[in-house]
This record gives sequence, structure tokens and C-alpha cells, in this order.
Amino acid sequence: MSVVLVRTALIIGAVALLEILCRLGVIPNFTVIPPSAMAQSLWKILASGKFSADIAATLTNVGIAIAAAMIVGIAVGTLLQSWPAARRVFDPLFATYYAVPMYAFYPLLLVIFGLGDFPQIAIGFLLAVMAVIINTLNGLDRVPAVLLKTARVHRLGLVSAALRVRLPYAAPYVFTGFKLAVAYSFIGVVGAEFITSSRGIGYEISFAYNNFDNAVMYAMILFILLLVITVNMSLHAWEKRLLSRRRRA
Amino acid sequence: MRWRDSAVLIFLFVLVWEVLYLIIGDVALRSPAATVQNLNTLLADARFLPHLRETGLAFAQGFAIAVVVGLLIGVPLGAARFAGEVAEPILVALYSIPKVTLYPVILLIFGIGMPAKVAFGAIHGIVPISIFAMNAVRNINPTHLRTARVLRLSPMSLFSNVLLPATLPEIVTGIRVGFSLALIGTLLGEMFGSQHGLGHLLMQAMSLHNIERILALTLLIVVFAAGINALLLALDRRLHARA
Repeated sequence: MSVVLVRTALIIGAVALLEILCRLGVIPNFTVIPPSAMAQSLWKILASGKFSADIAATLTNVGIAIAAAMIVGIAVGTLLQSWPAARRVFDPLFATYYAVPMYAFYPLLLVIFGLGDFPQIAIGFLLAVMAVIINTLNGLDRVPAVLLKTARVHRLGLVSAALRVRLPYAAPYVFTGFKLAVAYSFIGVVGAEFITSSRGIGYEISFAYNNFDNAVMYAMILFILLLVITVNMSLHAWEKRLLSRRRRA
Repeated sequence: MRWRDSAVLIFLFVLVWEVLYLIIGDVALRSPAATVQNLNTLLADARFLPHLRETGLAFAQGFAIAVVVGLLIGVPLGAARFAGEVAEPILVALYSIPKVTLYPVILLIFGIGMPAKVAFGAIHGIVPISIFAMNAVRNINPTHLRTARVLRLSPMSLFSNVLLPATLPEIVTGIRVGFSLALIGTLLGEMFGSQHGLGHLLMQAMSLHNIERILALTLLIVVFAAGINALLLALDRRLHARA
């Protein structure tokens, strides 16, 4: 408990220090505005509903990217797990995948698909899908042989064995993949919006930056950080509960 | 075996690219062969080399800072268990936020130019390197430390015979992850508020709809990232196999 206490005190202390340094003018206001001003500006923006459409657009695109990454990731993971030869061929890809800067593909995607929502969703999906594949494989590898034998005794087909035995057993690991997919989809979609797009939270941040509008810029940065950290922390807590339940069983 | 699988994978990759090209056509894509040729012309172009040097320099500095600062943060946090427990969720939260949104802040602090790119590459790399270093130090087998004390090893020999071999494999893994992220950070940094470097060229080619240029640059970046990663991965696996 004292760990949480110290951590909370540390974070509050850091925010307070930033506030004081900004108020004293040690950090000039055209570089960073005080945290209280960020919160105030964010409150005003959210109350006015000025960026509601942007927030909705970002959340929708992140949601689509996550859903697509989960469906494709679980399907590909399940397929590769039952096909060792293909898995061996793709193994170097798993190891290299996250080494490649995914944003480098964004200009190409923009040229191919135009400036709609699709290129942003695609970047989010591409970042997220490999985490789902790797964690699905990891979970399926751990299914005990006795469960697989039982499935065979009950003459379950490949698909129904996957749906009724192997994937449920692998669920906590797939959840780890889901947690990463959420974080990576946010990173991909918001990052792509920031680079070039026509709407979304990332777009509004870069628009505000280009117009020297620090109040809006810092408010939206604060918003996206709070949103992502809250979502990730809740998923992390949920994952811990899932894993501890599995250990007790 | 691994070489053959990699060869099959590269072949599949080129095949998919070629098929996509046949479907999409010249409107938005070029064939693999044409892209390799374009890349060759680009690399021979004297106007291109300063951009390559700029990116290389920014990345090298950012990555070096990431390694040094990452180890300076991670190693003490691994040694002091309480501090590590306090800091770990903060580091993980920092890892999972979209750091692009912080780029305007970096630009406002450092101004447009080299320092901003270096800083942005560095902050991408620092977090994973410190997380891996922290776990490496935290997971040193306590029996080894006790044995070292019983044998009365000098601090130097404790470091070279116990601490270094115990932590190096995980630290190298962290450096490998940090390498990729520092590269992403540097390129992202160049995409905005920069007049030089590969990221800038990529954005410029995008606004000019220069597909040859986009594909050649993307190929260059992918080959560079994948190549260095393969080397680091080989080192990583050797160290882990020995441990």
C-alpha cells in the first residue's frame, strides 16, 4: 500500500512542481502552460462540445482497428499454431515486425487510399495485430495435452475444438494481446492523425500547435494522455485478476 | 534452417508486393524491381547523401542518449526494490502513451532542428531500455550474490564475473527494442518541423505524390531496421543461450 502512496505523492509532486515553475515564470508560458490552466482549458473545451466530433472519430477508428486486429490476430494465430511449417517460415517476421517503423508506411497508405479514415485505421491495425498473433500463439502453446486428447475423444472437429477448448484455455493470454492491441491502436491512430489527416484528436493537437494555440494544444494532449492511461491501467488491473484466477484454479 | 526460412519469407514478401502491384498498378505502386532500381539511383544522387547523413547523425545521437540514460534510470531502479516498484507502472504508462502527441512540447522546448529530433528519438528509446535494465538487475539470482560475498570478490571482479554476465542478455534485449523505437522517434521527429532527413523527404514525397520516392525510402528504412534488428537478435539469442 505504501508503494501506491509514494507513487501517488511522486506524481502529485511532479505536477505541483510544474505548476509552480510555470507560475513563477521559470518555464515561460509560451513553452508550457501550468497544469491547472491545461485542466481548465480542457474542461471548457469538453463542456463546449467543440471537439466532440474529433473525439468520436478517433475513438471509432481506434475501435475499428482493435476489432480488426483481434479478429485477424486470433484467426492467424490459431491457424499458424496448427500449421508448424508455416509458423517456422513466419518466425523471423515476428522477431522483425516491431523493429520496422510502421509510420514509414503511412505516406504509402495515404497515396493508395487517399485522405480518409482508412489509412489511420490501417496503421493502428498493423501495429496492433502482431501483438494479438504472438500472444494467441503463446496461449495456445500452453494448452495441456490432456485437454486436446479429451477434445479428440469427443470427436470435436478442428474448428469446434479451437472454439470450445483451445481458445477458452488461451483466453488470459489472448487478453494480454488485447491489452497491447488497445495501446498500440491508440498509438497508431493518434500518431497517424498527427502526421496528416483531416480530423481527430491528433489532428487537433497538430492544428493547435501550428496556430500557436497552447491552451487548446495542451488541453488536448492532457486529454489523450489521461484517456490512454486510464484505459491501459483498467485493462492492466483486469488482466491481473484474470491471471490470478487462472492460477488458483 | 533459420536462413532457409528467412529466404522463404523474403520471397513471399516480394511475391505479395509484386501481386499487389499487378492488381493496383502504376497509380499508387511500383514493382519491387523498379523500386530497387529507384533506390539505387537515389543512393547515387549527391543531393540525397546529406539527408541520409542528417538522419544517421540524429539517430546515432538519440540512440546513444537513450542507452546511457536508460541504463542510468533502469539499473538503480532494479537495485532498489522499493523505488523500482514505485516507478514501474509509471514507466509502463509512459511506454504505452502515443508519444507523437508530445512532439509539439519537444519542439517548443528545443526549437526546430537537430536537437528536437535527437531528443524525440531519445525519449522513445529510454523507456524500454530502462524497463529491461530494471528487470535484468532485479532478477539477478540472490544465491550468486551471496556466493560472491562468501568468495570475497573485489568490486571489479564482482562486476565482471557476476553482475555483467547475469544482466547482459536482458539489457541487450532492451537495447534491441530501444533501437527500433529510437529509430521511429527520429523519423517521426523529421516528419514535422524539419527541412532535412529521411522523414522530411518522405513527407515531401507524399505531398508531391512521388510514389517512386516514397517506396524507395520506405524500402531503405525497412531494410536498415530489419537488418540491424537481425544482427542484434542474433547477439541477443547467443547471450540468452549461454546464460
